[in-house]
Amino acid sequence: MTGTWLITGARPLGGEPADVLIRDGVIAEIGPGLAATATGADAGADAGEGAGAGAQRLDGGGLILLPGLVDLHTHLREPGREDAETVATGTAAAALGGYTAVHAMANTDPVADTAGVVEQIWRLGRQAGRCDVQPVGAVTVGLGGSRLAELGAMADSAAGVRLFSDDGRCVHDAVLMRRALEYVRAFGGVIAQHAQEPRLTDGAQVNEGEMSARLGLTGWPAVAEEAIVARDCLLAAHVGSALHVCHVSTAGSVEIIRWAKSKGWQVTAEVTPHHLLLTEEHAAGYDPVFKVNPPLRTAEDVAALRAGLADGTIDCVATDHAPHPLEDKETEWQAAAFGMTGLETALRVVHQAMVETGLLDWAGVADRMSSRPAAIGRLSGHGRLAVGEPANLVLYDPAPREAVDPAAHASKSRNTPFAGMVLPGRVIATFLRGRPTVLDEKLAW
Amino acid sequence: MNRHLISAGDLSQDDALLILDTAEELASTAERPMKKLPTLRGRTVVNLFYEDSTRTRISFEAAAKRLSADVINFSAKGSSVAKGESLKDTALTLEAMGADAVVIRHSASGAPHRLAGWVQGSVVNAGDGAHEHPTQALLDAFTMRRRLGRLDGLRVTIVGDVLHSRVARSNVLLLSTLGADVTLVAPPTLLPVAVGTWPCSVAYDLDAALPKADVVMMLRVQQERMNAAYFPSVREYSRRYGLDVARMGLLPDHSIVMHPGPMNRGVEIAAEVADSARSTIVEQVANGVSVRMAVLYLLLGGASETGGQR
Repeated sequence: MTGTWLITGARPLGGEPADVLIRDGVIAEIGPGLAATATGADAGADAGEGAGAGAQRLDGGGLILLPGLVDLHTHLREPGREDAETVATGTAAAALGGYTAVHAMANTDPVADTAGVVEQIWRLGRQAGRCDVQPVGAVTVGLGGSRLAELGAMADSAAGVRLFSDDGRCVHDAVLMRRALEYVRAFGGVIAQHAQEPRLTDGAQVNEGEMSARLGLTGWPAVAEEAIVARDCLLAAHVGSALHVCHVSTAGSVEIIRWAKSKGWQVTAEVTPHHLLLTEEHAAGYDPVFKVNPPLRTAEDVAALRAGLADGTIDCVATDHAPHPLEDKETEWQAAAFGMTGLETALRVVHQAMVETGLLDWAGVADRMSSRPAAIGRLSGHGRLAVGEPANLVLYDPAPREAVDPAAHASKSRNTPFAGMVLPGRVIATFLRGRPTVLDEKLAW
Repeated sequence: MNRHLISAGDLSQDDALLILDTAEELASTAERPMKKLPTLRGRTVVNLFYEDSTRTRISFEAAAKRLSADVINFSAKGSSVAKGESLKDTALTLEAMGADAVVIRHSASGAPHRLAGWVQGSVVNAGDGAHEHPTQALLDAFTMRRRLGRLDGLRVTIVGDVLHSRVARSNVLLLSTLGADVTLVAPPTLLPVAVGTWPCSVAYDLDAALPKADVVMMLRVQQERMNAAYFPSVREYSRRYGLDVARMGLLPDHSIVMHPGPMNRGVEIAAEVADSARSTIVEQVANGVSVRMAVLYLLLGGASETGGQR
């Protein structure tokens, strides 16, 4: 099924061009001149034993080769909101965006708070087959914030859950957060916190500041995020556990996380593509496609987030891909749903925000979008571009510049804030364990 | 002039003065036995009200009728933004009925912006959430100019719940365009955190502000703010920020007292103050019709190239 593939002339991690031989789902060889050996010209080489001779070829000239991207924060909406997205459509979108693994957030209906539900989602992902789906378990029953869900049962299930989150809601009760952090140590888990102090954000719609004052919309103050981030870093340190901070959106949060890391505490963090590129100015026309939680912030926040991602304070980029049907966005701002799609644009946005600005090279992109998220999610088999590793790869053409066309997206929803925006790059091909999921920019099957 | 009137900030100084001058001309018709003008005959104005506001609705209705427009009152009150027919579907319905202008009052900030994207006709914002109420600001400016003879350099003090007030937002924008000096006075809890970016000054002490005010405009304190820790008690609010007779005595002799209504007598304004000779509150209501006539006239019929179309 997977076959043998020879990718010629692509630049692994943006370095010197090389050939990559994929056999039996793993990376068999990386090096210059494999194309010659594969055709039998150099009989002494390992790949020359005829294995590469029958290989399907993919011309990677001019393309960047990266390990398949890993998303720590995806809303696949199934079960419950199949009108917005399904595991099948969401994983197709993921593959087209260069992803080989996504973490499916727990705020489904029913909530992914039991072994049964996480196994269902895990199985749906296996059936879809285009991208590994790693379910995230809820921290509290029904995301209710009052009782711990059966975290151990989810960890022991076939889904092997290690990342737990009430994403969309904050585990705001300090005692419950402390217990959750402590409890998951028993099986190497991590609590991913949606940092939002609920009382400070009652009815909040946009970043609190100049824009909320002008628009007459209830403000979502930076301090409501930072207060929880600070508290959780201290709690994680106190109990010696691992905390992951979801979708960091403010300069202050970056500072707090930098400080926590300087202490050697087990704190990791993610930033979304939209928080790396867009500001609250986009809310000025009240178009709810720009309504997201946490909200778009200021240009100063964007600069701090980029700097934090560049210096490693923020470990990774996570999409917070949040599909919504049209009718949930074609409304008054305050009635509209929070969230934006992101899987199919993430790499291009990071290219623009981080690579074109000189803040990250392609090895850095591979680290922040594949290796580190794989490590945080405890996913073996993803995040490494090396001989002997599973052939989870993405080929990316950095040259083109095109407007984003939501109609071309595989996601069931169209709520991308980047519609019509000219972004660099294009995902050409994605391989999941040696099998192409995307070829010639299209789904391979 | 823009096709719509959504924010007072969209008005240039010339636009604003044109509206005020037009309103002045139209006001004279109100004194005639035959109040009606034929200007908007055959045009349809829809009053789309998602919030109960009898005073604003009848003001717009009277304005449209005096210009001979056909008026359709579409009251969607009670249907919260999350329930019932969507704003978009309502907009498409009004569009199909051939509305030349839609006057919208809505509890959601930005609803008029959304509506303007879905209808061909002019959209007039009659108050959206905590965002803006531009015709209120225009009638306030009209009232100030009539009473005090000018707007440029006029010192206007706006007192109360600025954070949640669409009237305050529109007034700050319009009055700064017209050259007035605006001072906001409120407890810090009832001011937006970024109020420093607005074209006005901010103070916390009403007694210190009043002797320098040509106009003092009192904002209504909404019932729902009274138990949400914006201030300790209604009594304390009233003591510090209410306008009573003694405090009114701090005003210069020529100064006027305004209130957009409806008032909470005894909370932000004492009954004696509301009924005093300085008070323009009843005048504001009358002026509202003239100003709204001017807005509809200029948006729909004033410019000859659009006259008769649609």
